[in-house]
Amino acid sequence: MTTAEILGQDPGWIILVKGVFVFIIAVLATLMAIWAERRIVARMQMRIGPNRVGPQGLLQSLSDGVKLALKEDLIPAAADKIVFIIAPIISATTCFMSFAVIPMSGPVSLFGHKTAMQMTDLPVGVLYVLAIASVGVYGIILAGWSSGSTYPLLGGLRSSAQVISYEVAMGLSLVAVFIYAGSMSTSEIVAAQQKWWYSIVLFPSFVIYAISMVGETNRAPFDLAEAEGELVGGFHTEYSSLKFALFFLAEYVNIVAVSALATTLFLGGYHALPGLTFTESWLGGWFTIVWFFAKVIFFFFIFVWLRGTLPRLRYDQFMKFGWKVLIPASLLWILIVATMRVMSLRGTSRGGVLGFAVGIVLVVLIGSFAYDSSKKRSEQIPEVEIPEPSFPVPAIPISHGPSAQSEVSHG
Amino acid sequence: MINLALEVGKTAAPEATMFWILGPLAVIAALGMLLVKKAVHSAILMAWVMITLAIFYIAQGALFLGIVQVVVYTGAVMMLFLFILMLVGVDSADSLKETIKGLRPIAILAFIGFGGLLVSLIGRATLGHQIVGLDSANANGNVPALAELLFSKYVWAFEVVSALLITAALGAMVLAHNHRVHQRPTQRDLSILRFRTGSLAETAGLANPGVYALHNAVDVPALLPDGSAAPTSISAMLEARGDVIDSSPFQLGQAEESEGEDK
Repeated sequence: MTTAEILGQDPGWIILVKGVFVFIIAVLATLMAIWAERRIVARMQMRIGPNRVGPQGLLQSLSDGVKLALKEDLIPAAADKIVFIIAPIISATTCFMSFAVIPMSGPVSLFGHKTAMQMTDLPVGVLYVLAIASVGVYGIILAGWSSGSTYPLLGGLRSSAQVISYEVAMGLSLVAVFIYAGSMSTSEIVAAQQKWWYSIVLFPSFVIYAISMVGETNRAPFDLAEAEGELVGGFHTEYSSLKFALFFLAEYVNIVAVSALATTLFLGGYHALPGLTFTESWLGGWFTIVWFFAKVIFFFFIFVWLRGTLPRLRYDQFMKFGWKVLIPASLLWILIVATMRVMSLRGTSRGGVLGFAVGIVLVVLIGSFAYDSSKKRSEQIPEVEIPEPSFPVPAIPISHGPSAQSEVSHG
Repeated sequence: MINLALEVGKTAAPEATMFWILGPLAVIAALGMLLVKKAVHSAILMAWVMITLAIFYIAQGALFLGIVQVVVYTGAVMMLFLFILMLVGVDSADSLKETIKGLRPIAILAFIGFGGLLVSLIGRATLGHQIVGLDSANANGNVPALAELLFSKYVWAFEVVSALLITAALGAMVLAHNHRVHQRPTQRDLSILRFRTGSLAETAGLANPGVYALHNAVDVPALLPDGSAAPTSISAMLEARGDVIDSSPFQLGQAEESEGEDK
């Protein structure tokens, strides 16, 4: 029986229980994630991190949450009040919705009922996650616009451009998975990875997804929408109290959500590591949930590691990387994957398919070498005229003072 | 392939309930879209109408269409709209006066044309036909059925439309592309130039304007190690306006006697 058929027999109350379970897991994961991130980043920066509230500082996020809730809730005078209130609500509600299609365990027995820890199984489950993510961005953009001030607006603009560009790369990286799994349903993709994880078979897709998921969640080094060094706090500069807490929550729930999707699509979902498959039957199948969360935590650690290691990208570099590297690379990779798939479906021998793949790799390598060696490395001083050192001030016609001079130097 | 959304769609009572809740909301949002003053509000209401339409599609068995509607229209097209609205800052101050003559009759003509098209399409699809639903079309699953149609019966139309869209996108890029007269110096170029020309005094970057205990502002030149003011540390614009304060009173040891600002 497939997971979809098992889930089809769920009575309403089981679905409700699973919904509550998913919600609690997501909120708890957020609290743990904030604490874990602060501790890990502290270690990486040779500090200790929060260690006062509760054992090892575990309750720090909880007390921070209470503190946030008790703070004064400001709404700026220039803000568009309705949109200002709706924006964090959109962010915080959509971030939970993608968990509905994530398979967290294999078939288990819940209150004597045979089911799987997955709320529902859509034939287009992965697309559903993409759709939810794209609605979630509305929260950020509307927050930026409705704040009625410059930095949030810039943050909102950046984030919309960022999401539009990186969602294309993300969607394209998923196409190879769909081609190999023959389905867009999350549970079937997990089932198709029983033998080989797609992170190995479709390694380029995995890399592209991993990069674009960092861009999608606005995390360092791609946190241009809130770049605290440039935009104060970006889209959430004007937010305080519970509304800010909602954005905070949404950010971390989103990280867990994209990590969970990455686990599902590329790391075999709830399946055990190769060679440890006997553990999947422990505790009547419930042990698979441990594997699932172990993989999610692995991804979360990568997120924190990135933040502790890499400086923020400049905005034009970031956009160039998305459009000129990630998207063409994934288009090329899809062509190769589709060709290989058709070859193996048409009965070409394994050697033939492998030969094709090796041939492609060779062609790309030779091409890149040729490009590198043909590029002239000029040793001349670049022919650029450097203007007098000045600050970027718009040329405003000035009525007083020695105006002639200013027009010469800034015109 | 069983799924909940389809199950809900098949039963009459839940679908009716959903329709009577979402239907009025969609209509109100659609009317509001035309009536609200701010362009951004209009865009948000439009996004909401699109989402409710997507839910209707899903409830009626067109799962793929519903999800794609959200991804493409709400997620990409509406987002671009919002992007432009926010970038340009279109607001209620936007006048309703015609800037190009004859737009109104053309708009009315286009409206009549599209309205006629819509009515005739709906008429062709419904009049004299029995409603069969999507059950038989979805027999092998919604996505495979759609794929089969798109890549067999409608493959020609599909390819033509994609070619058209790509041409349009390329055309927009060509039209909007402007060629730089001078190559913009990159960070690398600037860095090389700093080392190869002039003194090495500015290789580490220019000094910031003065940040002093008594006067923390951009209009005081920074003091160099030898006590002289760094002329490059303030904006030439301020200098031209004569809005620059002498920074010598802020030197170490002289700060106590100075009065701070004496403009």
